[in-house]
Parts: sequence; C-alpha cells; structure tokens
Amino acid sequence: MHNLTITELIDGLKNRVFSSTEITQHFLARIRNLDSEFNSLITLTENQALKAAKTADQLIAAGNAPELCGVPIVHKDIFCTEGVRTSCGSKMLDNFVPPYNATVVENFRSSGAVMLGKTNMDEFAMGSSNETSFYGPVKNPWSTDSVPGGSSGGSAAAIAARLAPGATATDTGGSIRQPAALCGITGLKPTYGRVSRWGMIAFASSLDQGGPMARTAEDCALLLNCMASYDDKDSTCIDRPVPNYSAHLGDSLKGLRIGIPKEYFSEGLNSGTEQAVRASLAEYEKLGAKLVEISLPNTGLSVPAYYVIAPAESSANLSRFDGVRYGHRCNDPKDLEDLYRRTRAEGFGDEVQRRILIGTYCLSAGYYDAYYGKAQQVRQLIRQDFIQAFEKVDLIMGPTCPSPAFKFGAKGNDPVAMYLEDIYTISTNLAGLPGMSLPCGMVDNKPVGLQIIGNYFDEARMLNAAHQFQQVTDWHQLAPAGIE
Amino acid sequence: MSIEKQTIENLATLARLAVDDKRVDEISQRLSSVLELVDQLQAADTSGLSGLDHPLNETQRLREDEVNKPNMREAFQAIAPDTEDNLYLVPKVID
Repeated sequence: MHNLTITELIDGLKNRVFSSTEITQHFLARIRNLDSEFNSLITLTENQALKAAKTADQLIAAGNAPELCGVPIVHKDIFCTEGVRTSCGSKMLDNFVPPYNATVVENFRSSGAVMLGKTNMDEFAMGSSNETSFYGPVKNPWSTDSVPGGSSGGSAAAIAARLAPGATATDTGGSIRQPAALCGITGLKPTYGRVSRWGMIAFASSLDQGGPMARTAEDCALLLNCMASYDDKDSTCIDRPVPNYSAHLGDSLKGLRIGIPKEYFSEGLNSGTEQAVRASLAEYEKLGAKLVEISLPNTGLSVPAYYVIAPAESSANLSRFDGVRYGHRCNDPKDLEDLYRRTRAEGFGDEVQRRILIGTYCLSAGYYDAYYGKAQQVRQLIRQDFIQAFEKVDLIMGPTCPSPAFKFGAKGNDPVAMYLEDIYTISTNLAGLPGMSLPCGMVDNKPVGLQIIGNYFDEARMLNAAHQFQQVTDWHQLAPAGIE
Repeated sequence: MSIEKQTIENLATLARLAVDDKRVDEISQRLSSVLELVDQLQAADTSGLSGLDHPLNETQRLREDEVNKPNMREAFQAIAPDTEDNLYLVPKVID
C-alpha cells in the first residue's frame, strides 16, 4: 500500500479497494516502526489523523469527496497547524502551538487530505543538510550516514522511506529541490507568489515559497492544484487564476526547446552527476525535445547575493522572537534587555545566530547600500539573464545540486562550502522563477536530481516535462534498500 | 577581511543576542569567511539598475482600512509566557 502513488491511492479510495482509515493506519504504523531510524518527523498527529480519515471515509461513502479526500500527507513543521505544535526545527518554538492554520494547511484540510504529522527540518529552514534541527538530523533513507539535504529534509526522507506519499515543503534557496534530489523524489518550488505564505514561518520573505513533494510529477501536480491559491492575507501572493496542473500531463514534448546553461556544467560538478544529467537530456531528445546551449552569465553572483539577502531578511523576520508573546523565554530575566538577549541566545542555534549577525551587519548603518542595496541590484542582473534565456527556450534543465548526498559533518566547519551546495538552485529564488527536481540517475547508490526551471507561472509545462520523462524512465520508482 | 571583537559586540547588541566571550573568535572567523564570499558582489556592474524588491517587480497591494479579522487576543495570549489583565508581562522597564 505504501508503494502506491497519490494518484493510485485516490483511485483505490474511489473504487473502495481500501478506506482512508486503512491507509492512514498503515502509514502511521510505518512511521512508528521505521522513523526512529530516519528521524523525519518531529510530531506525529495520530489521533487527529484517524479522526480526519474517518470523516474522509464518510464523505467518500456519501459520494461527495473533494479532490484529495482521504489521502495521507505530512506537513513541514514550518506551516502553522491549529492546536499542533509548530517548531520550525527550533528550540525557540518547541512549545509553540499555533491558534490557527496556515493557508496551505487549510487548503489541504478542506480538500480532505489527512495530516499524519509534522516533518523535521533545518532550524528556521536555514541549512542544506538538516543538521541544524533542534530535534536532531534527519537521515537519508538511501544511506543513513548521509544527509537528506535541507531544509525540507524531513519531508523528502519521509517520502523516500514510504512513510507518507506526499508532503508540503518550502524553498528559499533550494530547500525543496535539493532534498528532493538527494532523497530520490520529485519536488516543485512554484513561482514566487503562487502559493500563500500566510502562516508559513518567515525566513527570507522575498525568496520563501511553499511547494509540494511526492514521488512523481503527476502527484506533485495534484498537490499543487490544492496548494496554490490566491490569498489576500499574503500581500505578495499573486492574484491570478490557478490552472489545473494535471490537465497538460499528456502533452507531447515534440519541439520543446530545452536550454542547457553552460554555467551549470562547470567546475565543481561531480562527474557521475553530470553523466546522469546528460543521459537524461538525451532521453528528452528522444522524446522530441531540442537541446539549446544557453548562458546565464551571472550565475556566479547568485550565492553571494543570496547570502546577503537571506540573512538580512531573516534578521528582520526573526526579531519577532523575543520571549514576550510566544515561544521560548529565558528564566529569571533581570531586565528587558536581558530577557531579549538570553531568550534569543538560548532559543536559536548556532547557524541561525550566525545568519542573524550577518544580516544585521549587512543592514547596519553605512553598509546597507554596499550589501543589501547592491545584492538587490544583482538580483535584477540574474533575473535579466533568465528573461533573455526564455526568449530562446521553453524550459531550462541541469543538475539540481553539484553532487549526491554527502556524509554528516562533511561540511560542518565551513559555512561557505555548505552554501555552495545551493549554487544551481539559488538563482531561481532570486529571480522568483519556478524550479523542480526529479530523480534521474544513481551515483554510488545515491540518487541524482535533474532540475527543471520554467518561466514565470509555467509550472504546468514543467510538470508535464517531468511526467513525460517519468513515463519512459523508472528512476522515480526505485526505493532505498530495506524500504520495499 | 576580518571582523573585530568590538564589531561582533555591536552586532550582538543590535540583534539582541547574548554572545559568549569564548565564542567571539569563532564567530568572527565564520562571519569573515561569509563576508569574503559576499564581497564578490562588489565587482558586478550594476550601474543604472534599480534593486529588485519583489521578484516579479510587483508593487505591494494595499487594502481598505477596515476591520476584517476577528479579535483572537485570548487565543494568542493563552500561549504567551506571561500575561495579566490582557497585557503581556515583561520585566519592569521604569521605576
């Protein structure tokens, strides 16, 4: 049952092959039995799940089941869930039980999906390895001595280990695509503004975007249909109709122009990863697509621009955690200043504190123009690179990350080495473009991800391109050893 | 480029973080390596470009100045560390 896709589960539910209660019990049992090995979930919401499954079964019996009725999913612990602890992977919010649902959570709830629990993540989504979580690292189901990627490592690992068929995740610099690549699953970061950020704990507001993870592109399309919505509670959300992302999954790729950025195949790319990606591109040619070499000349500036903008915005966003209204508060503060400073020093982990300090530096008097102002201008350069490229091509493809999953601790002492993990994913966040990752090969028994970057709001075309690839390859069907 | 101890202390004050003296060297070293990375930006020619504030160059939407949300004070204060008479409590600021 756990090897079925969401599409197959919906079919089975409709045809009464099994009930939502049965599926839910099955996945809950798997989590209880297996997750001690992976640590992919922070909170299991067993009682709520069984109750929601029962309601779903009644709706299905009555013949008025909404789209995802009875389908179990897990939410990244960055999305506020009413009455369920939402920690954001931090000691700061270890005791935080939100009084409301994020719009994304509400969308899934009203679509009948069953929440099994909340997934582990890098603290406040700051990391590419899931090593910064207050709840301990998530282990990659393909190789438990290796990282699952981050920050949505818990969501990715849960899907890879067949503990849930789908998950929500967020992506600020690659946090959906990189863990999807490292865990051998499919994940999509939509266009900025496509998915509401309301109730999604803010990291870098001009970059953050929620998106779906699942094993197949077809399932990601189903999840995105539910997840994407216009929301007037998020002032950066774009008011634009949400298409049916499943409607174009049968389109032919004949004549599709795929841009191959030469900067994505340069120094630092693992040779096995490159071979797998090139082989996948050859597969696309067989499907009728045409490969076009392109250049994104400002790619090298994306990591430096990101590491000004993301820390700057996060230092402002995280100023709300002050020990006054919710979350952690230090013991016996001697005055207000002491309350703020000790609460924050105790509640935030090292990487979060480091980024707050860098952000504060970049925004401080005398440095604002040289850092934040300059980085925002560089962002225009990066955006223009893409706009010019999309005059010649329909989609852009390349590797999602430079190499397969690395071992725990391998990049721990060098923040810059860790930051370079996101070199191929960051520029799409800076430009606000949609990007996705899908499994396209194996190196040393670890999965490799192919990245697809689309033009603004072109998620349907990307999902179809991924779906067509998954019709002729079986990388997305491989399961880690012992998971079958 | 290296960051001086005094700068770290100023930043920690601005960010309201208590920084342990023993960690200052390590923090300084790590911040310096990140600033070295971001200094690559200075070489980019951005003359004549405006900054990109919204990734799609959209302007922020405004709404009518009307009450449109229920008052959730009780729910919000139920999760606060310390409250009294509908107010959030903090250590005494003035005598």
